[in-house]
Amino acid sequence: MSGSIRAWLDARPWIWSFAAAVVVWLVTALVVQGRGMLATLAVALQFATFYAIVGIGQMLAIAAGPGNIDLSIPGVMTFAGYVAIGLMNGTNAGVVAGIAACAAIGVAAGVFNVGLIQGLRIPPMIGTLAAGFVFQSMATAYSHTTNAAPAPLLVAFSAARLLGVPLIALIFIVLTALVAVALGRSVFGRSVLAIGQNVQAARLAGLAVRRTLALVYLASAVLAAVAGMLLAAYSGGAALDMGSDYLLMSIAVVVLGGTAISGGQASPAGLWGAAILLDLVVTMLNVMHVGAGVRYLVTGIIIIGVLTLAKGRDQTT
Amino acid sequence: MPAAPGAGAAPRGPYRVASHGSALRVGLPAAALIVMLGLIFTMQPRAMSYFGLTVLLGFTLPAIFAAMAQMAVIAVGDIDLGIGPFISLINCIAATLLAQHPVLGWLALAALVALYAAMGALIHLRRLPSIVVTLGASFVWLGLALLVLPSPGGAPPAWLPALLGWHPPLLPLPVLASLLLAALGEFLLMHTSYGVVLRGIGGNPRAIERAGWSLLAGRMSLYALAGLSGVIAGLALTGLNTAGDATVGAQYTLISIAAVIVGGGEFVGGIVTPAGTVIGAWIMLLAGSLLSFLNISTDWQLSVQGGILIVVLGLRALNRWSGA
Amino acid sequence: MTEQASEALVQLPFDQLPYVQLLGIRKSFGAVRALAGVDLAIPSGRMISVVGHNGAGKSTLMQILAGTLAPDAGTIRVGGHEVGAGYGVRRAGALGIRCVFQELSLCPNLSAEENTRVVHPALAGPGWRRRARRLIGAALDAIFPGHGIDTRRPVGFLPIGQRQMVETARAFTETDRPVRLVILDEPTASLDATAAEQLLRYTAEARARGVAVVFISHRLPEILGHADEIFVMRDGQVVGSEEAGALDEQQLVEMMGVVRAVEPTPKASAQAERGEIRVEQQARPDAPVPVRLRAGEVVGLAGLAGHGQRALLQAVFDAAHHRRAQLRVAGSVAYVSGDRRTEGIFPLWSVGLNTTIGNLRRLARLGWLSAAREAALAEEWRTRLDIRTPDIGRPIMSLSGGNQQKVLVARAFAAEADIILFDDPLRGVDVATKRELYQHVRRAADAGRAFLWYTTENSELVNCDRVYVFYRGAITDEIAHAELSDERVIRASFGTGQTVGV
Repeated sequence: MSGSIRAWLDARPWIWSFAAAVVVWLVTALVVQGRGMLATLAVALQFATFYAIVGIGQMLAIAAGPGNIDLSIPGVMTFAGYVAIGLMNGTNAGVVAGIAACAAIGVAAGVFNVGLIQGLRIPPMIGTLAAGFVFQSMATAYSHTTNAAPAPLLVAFSAARLLGVPLIALIFIVLTALVAVALGRSVFGRSVLAIGQNVQAARLAGLAVRRTLALVYLASAVLAAVAGMLLAAYSGGAALDMGSDYLLMSIAVVVLGGTAISGGQASPAGLWGAAILLDLVVTMLNVMHVGAGVRYLVTGIIIIGVLTLAKGRDQTT
Repeated sequence: MPAAPGAGAAPRGPYRVASHGSALRVGLPAAALIVMLGLIFTMQPRAMSYFGLTVLLGFTLPAIFAAMAQMAVIAVGDIDLGIGPFISLINCIAATLLAQHPVLGWLALAALVALYAAMGALIHLRRLPSIVVTLGASFVWLGLALLVLPSPGGAPPAWLPALLGWHPPLLPLPVLASLLLAALGEFLLMHTSYGVVLRGIGGNPRAIERAGWSLLAGRMSLYALAGLSGVIAGLALTGLNTAGDATVGAQYTLISIAAVIVGGGEFVGGIVTPAGTVIGAWIMLLAGSLLSFLNISTDWQLSVQGGILIVVLGLRALNRWSGA
Repeated sequence: MTEQASEALVQLPFDQLPYVQLLGIRKSFGAVRALAGVDLAIPSGRMISVVGHNGAGKSTLMQILAGTLAPDAGTIRVGGHEVGAGYGVRRAGALGIRCVFQELSLCPNLSAEENTRVVHPALAGPGWRRRARRLIGAALDAIFPGHGIDTRRPVGFLPIGQRQMVETARAFTETDRPVRLVILDEPTASLDATAAEQLLRYTAEARARGVAVVFISHRLPEILGHADEIFVMRDGQVVGSEEAGALDEQQLVEMMGVVRAVEPTPKASAQAERGEIRVEQQARPDAPVPVRLRAGEVVGLAGLAGHGQRALLQAVFDAAHHRRAQLRVAGSVAYVSGDRRTEGIFPLWSVGLNTTIGNLRRLARLGWLSAAREAALAEEWRTRLDIRTPDIGRPIMSLSGGNQQKVLVARAFAAEADIILFDDPLRGVDVATKRELYQHVRRAADAGRAFLWYTTENSELVNCDRVYVFYRGAITDEIAHAELSDERVIRASFGTGQTVGV
């Protein structure tokens, strides 16, 4: 591969995930002989949206540099999902209350995480992990008090299509684009990327390191809450294990999408490529009538493989 | 460097992490454990008997080995987020292969220990963050477990539940096993000459490397120990449950991490306490039992376990901040 | 050299031949020449001392001797035999060469006994702990009688003085290989007076046993009182060696100084006298010379590296953002670091982004940056500082080291801060770039900015209106531009000057 092509590819790390997604889609098409492939794509986009929403928050955290990661996403998703649906109680009138609750839980969880990380100086990895378990536990307790169904309006919204494309996918693609612009053009985004490359230099350049990091974890928690509410609505109700895959998946879409695990750089477009890819892989394995076991196995191996093969920045301790 | 008056100047920089008396490190959790046991015995006097203890502490057996596995990894500054699913995998293999094709089963277990060592090598050689690699591995373990045992069931070989049902003469089995494991851990890590080197890797890896030791070999040894401990934990769990389930071990991830920290260990600096880790595992498990004795719903178990971890870390951080 | 050969060498009887000979050692780091052909002979049973100011090459030379760095050219002879290309830390250890450097290589979570075990593979098997305890205990007792150190406690608990004692004593422990040469790099820096005296006394004992000692210290009285021979280094070469008895402090200082062709010295700015006070420090009993900085002034911080200059810069940086009682800072502050890899550069970004990052708030409206204004600012400073790059969109890592440093300076200037803190930013930068930047500093000062400039290169001090010289955390001299001389700076750097107010 000539140098300039490589340079062009390196500048666009999201290309690989989209390319891989196309390959997997083609393989699937081969197996099912082209039946319903466009529908498959639409469904993949639908599920990819949930991954992408939490992926945005996780991407900001990981871009903020080594040591920063949000492991509370599953717990926040589940708790927000339960409470939002619970307050809606199956009526359209309750939608506002549900959405407000979702936002409030997201903010509260974010503040809690920031309190642990900056207030109690607990390393983010452990702080968010422990916090996630606390939220999960709160979801478990809450789940006994309610058997509510989501508001029909929200259910319809979560499954709605616009010209065949899932509506929520469109909305969050726009949001992702906004985030991409913000990373390049806003003080906040610029600060995140600076902190991720060299936190000491960022401090000495006069950036507001603590405030920026606090905003990152706040954003991640709110996004997780929104994802939880939408997922619960789409699935017809919340479930205690609805977040279990999202711990790894939120990291996977970030890493597979081209954001370096070492921080300082982010690939928002890649989130969607990776999310679609991962969903298509599951679909492909399903049409091959492979069990859940192989699905998990393949997903895990892909993630470890990509990490191993990815060219890291000069990592000298 | 500018001179500081010799004795009396407080430690600074990387040395600050080490500044807690080791007696206090194990002493505090030990005291907490005694208080918890006291509370439990007050509420449930029957628990104070041989059989009562066996029932109360039964599930500490997998927990203490899970915690030891986590401790081995934390000793070099890594973390293992896949130990829970790994234990589930062992559980599934024990409930199928081990009973039906023992040779294959034991080979599989040995291969998994080797795989753990390989994971450690990968993390070292490619400088990957252990958190993401072990999370990815957790999917691999889960996938393998589902392949071996797609739905809960199976049956372990007869000797396994029999082993777990053994009633040693003086002490209940969980107590005996805990004491032995704590002693073994203390011996291996704190008293052997190579254990010193392993802990040194967590404390100052450059110094260890410059002294001629192989960091790769050290990491692989610790990960292999973790894998072995995980296997024993899975076998113990199978002996207790007498069945297999691909999701049964997931809870041990949080329990093991919390056990190491509550027992006096730190995430960085190679500061781990084998005896404290065993005590920490007891505390985590008894927290759950205490909840049920207090008639608080077990829904809150995760909150309590996570909360204990947060409180311990928070107190330590505040202490460090004000004391330094 | 083979394993067996090392074994044989290290067991040789001590005699008058130098145990280690360094011949024609050269070492460069990129454009910087650290060692320009050094010859050094270290005889067994003698203590030699290497002295020099910043950048003389002492630590590079010691690293090469210890095996942690490989020389670009030259030979190393141990016991009369050349060591060859495979010389490294392990080979050095096998040949009986031990070193105690300033950054301690102890594991803080391990006790003194365990730290001893780490460097002695022979301390294994049952009973190793007892043997290790005896070994380190004997060494500590021999060197620092009455030390009172508990060798069972993790060394992280010990105060820094005791940690230094443990590390020093460990270097003298022997198991299967005898100690032949010990390098002590500033060993008394963290020790109190008693322990320092004990160590110096012990070096006599070690010498009597035939051990060679290389002693590096900034405390001239120690060297003159205890070393056998003193080598003075300057600009990467040995410029003189004498028996210690034949020298006094004044002569040493003169040997370390430079007789340079006088460069046209920039005139000190006259308006500096009237500028607004930017930094003011309270005088304290242990800091009798308070720091003061006015707008338009360029004030230098001199002295041996690591004697408190950086601490002052960090304190001023902090004080600009949070109120501090002892230090009043009026105005905004920008920091230029010399360690650009860890404290300055954002390696993934372009030149333009690296330049504007210090000025985000002013370039933004409601949190959003204007691309046009950013590009204009970066381009302006690229031209003004003549940063050699085709366009500001090029990645910063494609620039030479000197130009990267220019970008960091541009960042500080672009931030339009009132006070600019220079943390030895021009170390390792080529001469031409340095000269350009000196001009820019003077121009910026004339325009009203204040500079606090820490440099390890004495020749840069001519650009300053005033210089504070640091020694062991405190200012020992304040020198006005007109009174500046290499000799005076060096004297103050070694604490032999007097505290003079201006």
